[in-house]
Amino acid sequence: MADLETFRAETRDWLEANCPPECRGAAPGEAEMVWGGRNAVFPTPAHKVWLDRMAERGWTAPEWPREYGGGGLNREEAKVLASEMRRIKARPPLYSFGVWMLGPALLAFGTEEQKQRFLPPIVRGEIRWCQGYSEPGAGSDLASVQTRAVNQGDHWIVNGQKIWTSYADKADWIFCLVRTDPEAPKHLGISFVLFDMATPGVTTRPITLISGKSPFCETFFDDVRVEKENLIGTLNRGWDVAKALLAHERTMIGAMGDTGVGRPLGQVAADHLGLDEAGRLDEPLLRARIADYDIDAAAFRLAMERAGDQMKAKQAHPAIASMLKYYGSELNKRRHELAMAAGGSDALEWEGERSNDGQAARDWLRTKANSIEGGTSEVQLNIIAKHLLQLPGA
Amino acid sequence: MPLILTEEQIMLQDAADGFLKENAPIAHLRRLRDSRDPDGVSRDLWRGFGEMGFSGVVIPEQDGGSGLGAVEAGVIAESLGRTLTPSPFMGSSVLAATVLKAAGSQTQKPWLGRIAAGEAILSLAVDEGPKHAPAKIAARAERSGNGFKLNGAKGFVLDGHVADALIVAAQTDEGLTLFLLDPATPGLSVERTVMVDAHNAARATLSEVQVDADAVIGAVGEGRGPLDAALTLGRACAASSLVGAGDQAFKATLDYLKTRKQFGRLIGEFQALQHRAAYLFTELELAKAATLAALQAIDAGRSDAEQAAGIAKAKAGRVAELAVQEAVQMHGGVGMTDEFDVGLFMKRVRVLNELLGDAHFHAERLARAQGF
Ligand SMILES: Cc1cc2nc3c(=O)[nH]c(=O)nc-3n(C[C@H](O)[C@H](O)[C@H](O)COP(=O)(O)OP(=O)(O)OC[C@H]3O[C@@H](n4cnc5c(N)ncnc54)[C@H](O)[C@@H]3O)c2cc1C
Ligand SMILES: Cc1cc2nc3c(=O)[nH]c(=O)nc-3n(C[C@H](O)[C@H](O)[C@H](O)COP(=O)(O)OP(=O)(O)OC[C@H]3O[C@@H](n4cnc5c(N)ncnc54)[C@H](O)[C@@H]3O)c2cc1C
Repeated sequence: MADLETFRAETRDWLEANCPPECRGAAPGEAEMVWGGRNAVFPTPAHKVWLDRMAERGWTAPEWPREYGGGGLNREEAKVLASEMRRIKARPPLYSFGVWMLGPALLAFGTEEQKQRFLPPIVRGEIRWCQGYSEPGAGSDLASVQTRAVNQGDHWIVNGQKIWTSYADKADWIFCLVRTDPEAPKHLGISFVLFDMATPGVTTRPITLISGKSPFCETFFDDVRVEKENLIGTLNRGWDVAKALLAHERTMIGAMGDTGVGRPLGQVAADHLGLDEAGRLDEPLLRARIADYDIDAAAFRLAMERAGDQMKAKQAHPAIASMLKYYGSELNKRRHELAMAAGGSDALEWEGERSNDGQAARDWLRTKANSIEGGTSEVQLNIIAKHLLQLPGA
Repeated sequence: MPLILTEEQIMLQDAADGFLKENAPIAHLRRLRDSRDPDGVSRDLWRGFGEMGFSGVVIPEQDGGSGLGAVEAGVIAESLGRTLTPSPFMGSSVLAATVLKAAGSQTQKPWLGRIAAGEAILSLAVDEGPKHAPAKIAARAERSGNGFKLNGAKGFVLDGHVADALIVAAQTDEGLTLFLLDPATPGLSVERTVMVDAHNAARATLSEVQVDADAVIGAVGEGRGPLDAALTLGRACAASSLVGAGDQAFKATLDYLKTRKQFGRLIGEFQALQHRAAYLFTELELAKAATLAALQAIDAGRSDAEQAAGIAKAKAGRVAELAVQEAVQMHGGVGMTDEFDVGLFMKRVRVLNELLGDAHFHAERLARAQGF
């Protein structure tokens, strides 16, 4: 524990000295998030400095091994880092599907060569990844993906269509589920492959969301060449890799329910609505619902921490990620419903400076996807019922 | 009185549904939105509404209207909720018309005929802060010259930026007073606020706005009565629109449950979704009943009409909110796309919920009225 306290002190000093003021403060809006990649966009030069400094220490992926560029921290140290970052409201230096999803799957299923090749550029934010799972006919029933990869000796030729591919138009590489054995039962003919989005035959078409933004795409593959060395895990056993990755994705989406860094919801409401003489929010029913939310949010944060500890100690059921994903995403939706109620007619504005181009409303609408992306709430509850509770017939 | 529509009311419903389906389906809203139409509303459509007798539904025949009641207004409002049509109906035909009908002078009443004809658009400016709080109106009107000088700020003024006249609620020494204002009056500035649902609202700022005494609607200090009448009918009609929007989103969802396949079967075969659809149906039935009861209470002039309208607004608001949330969720990724309509229903319901008091507002009022 003494070591941990030393680590905390050192981390605090380092963060204080190295986190630029531009990179501190309430959770950033979409435009201020740094996603890295070949065409990385930084809102200010300080954001690049912050990314580079954190990446150099491996703290964009604190728990990954040092040999792949990670921070090599143990779980307790990683928690200290997170809490120290929260203390000064340091924003994440990098938003990355590579860090959240692909990396952990590579660590578990990749060859040594694949780890050496793909992990360090993820840590440094040099390559931006997208996720090619869903198809028009394969959403909740993900295992029925139809995108075909035909064997050509040293490579495959891939044809098919993905949909809802987040940031496909901005990503450098894709991790993708393809069918390599159409004869086998649906779960046993899928492979997990990686390829460059600049490969000839890959096209994307953005789809506009109800928030008015268009972060996701239809993605088409027309005779795309994929090298065999880019297969992750065993041929036709891609479902295992896919599921392992999903557990990380879910934990990540669930973590949206942990809004520790943001301004407390009740204070946001007070900014809009004011307090009465007794210092209470001037809307008794809204006040009660926000306080209820706060209790659930606090308990959820602890449940996340506990689940993380259980996972590390190998005591957790794998389906626990579904529980976190389900609850965290529903909680986040609730938070934004309450924020909209607190904002009243101000929060209904869609354009203009006063509303920061409708940020409250757009953020609220975006959260509606939380219980859909990464497997719907219904799918998560099915998984809990089936795998964790082992209910008959589930 | 039976809680069902009469034959005439059903005919009106068919007429309104048919007219809107033909002339202003959701594509109409999209066109106005995507072309960034500066008005956000179609004057032609509004005249068509007049020709159909919809715009003047609650306006007496001698003033040029159809002389019908609250139930009929609710029927039209429900149709507007189904097609999400941007229309001056709520601001002009419901709110402004009720105020002028109750208290308008002989020189003010001709506005009723123009509303009925679909020629004029009027707006009622009540809200000031982000939440509806008509008991806390702070805008002031001081006696000045032969009339008043107005100061204050109003928000969420439906159609304010295209209004031919504005009705403004302000405090005088004698109490709350309503004023009819020409939007060109010096000191009055109106700014359109584009809302999440692409419908129309505006903010109005009043700075030393000088008006003559004949701008007062009814008597000085006696604005509360006509205002409350307008708010009550407005809330009941907003409940109708919420029912229309919620029910339409529900229907789209039922269709989807019967067409989308996953795991080799229709998703409507999954009991997890069946139960939620059944639950939502139940809730919608409650909302419909509460709404029709409120409209009938208004027509009957019952003393509990105001409370009934609050109950309807709160219930329909909550239920419609659930309906659009379930609609998006049960559509999966498709529900999150702008191309698909369910998201538009979610946006509209959010705005209608805030309009004229949300569910919290009405629950709080009910609690107070019941003495707890
Ligand atoms: C913003 C956003 C970003 C996304 N990003 C990506 C991405 O980057 N990469 C990617 O591959 N995918 C992505 N997705 C896709 C996402 O994973 C799918 O949308 C999701 O898995 C649901 O699939 P679907 O849309 O086909 O819905 P469907 O599977 O058609 O579901 C429709 C409804 O039926 C329900 N349902 C289905 N099966 C059952 C069942 N057995 N029991 C009960 N209910 C059931 C669902 O829960 C849902 O409510 C994204 C989605 C969104 C909205
Ligand atoms: C994004 C995403 C992530 C996923 N992650 C995982 C994961 O980590 N682990 C995992 O095991 N699976 C995962 N799945 C698959 C998920 O578990 C399945 O949607 C569900 O569990 C069905 O399992 P299955 O795909 O193996 O299909 P099958 O085993 O072929 O299907 C199970 C059977 O149960 C039926 N069924 C399902 N729900 C109902 C219901 N409510 N009522 C009646 N019948 C029903 C189906 O119709 C089907 O016949 C994921 C799916 C998605 C879209």
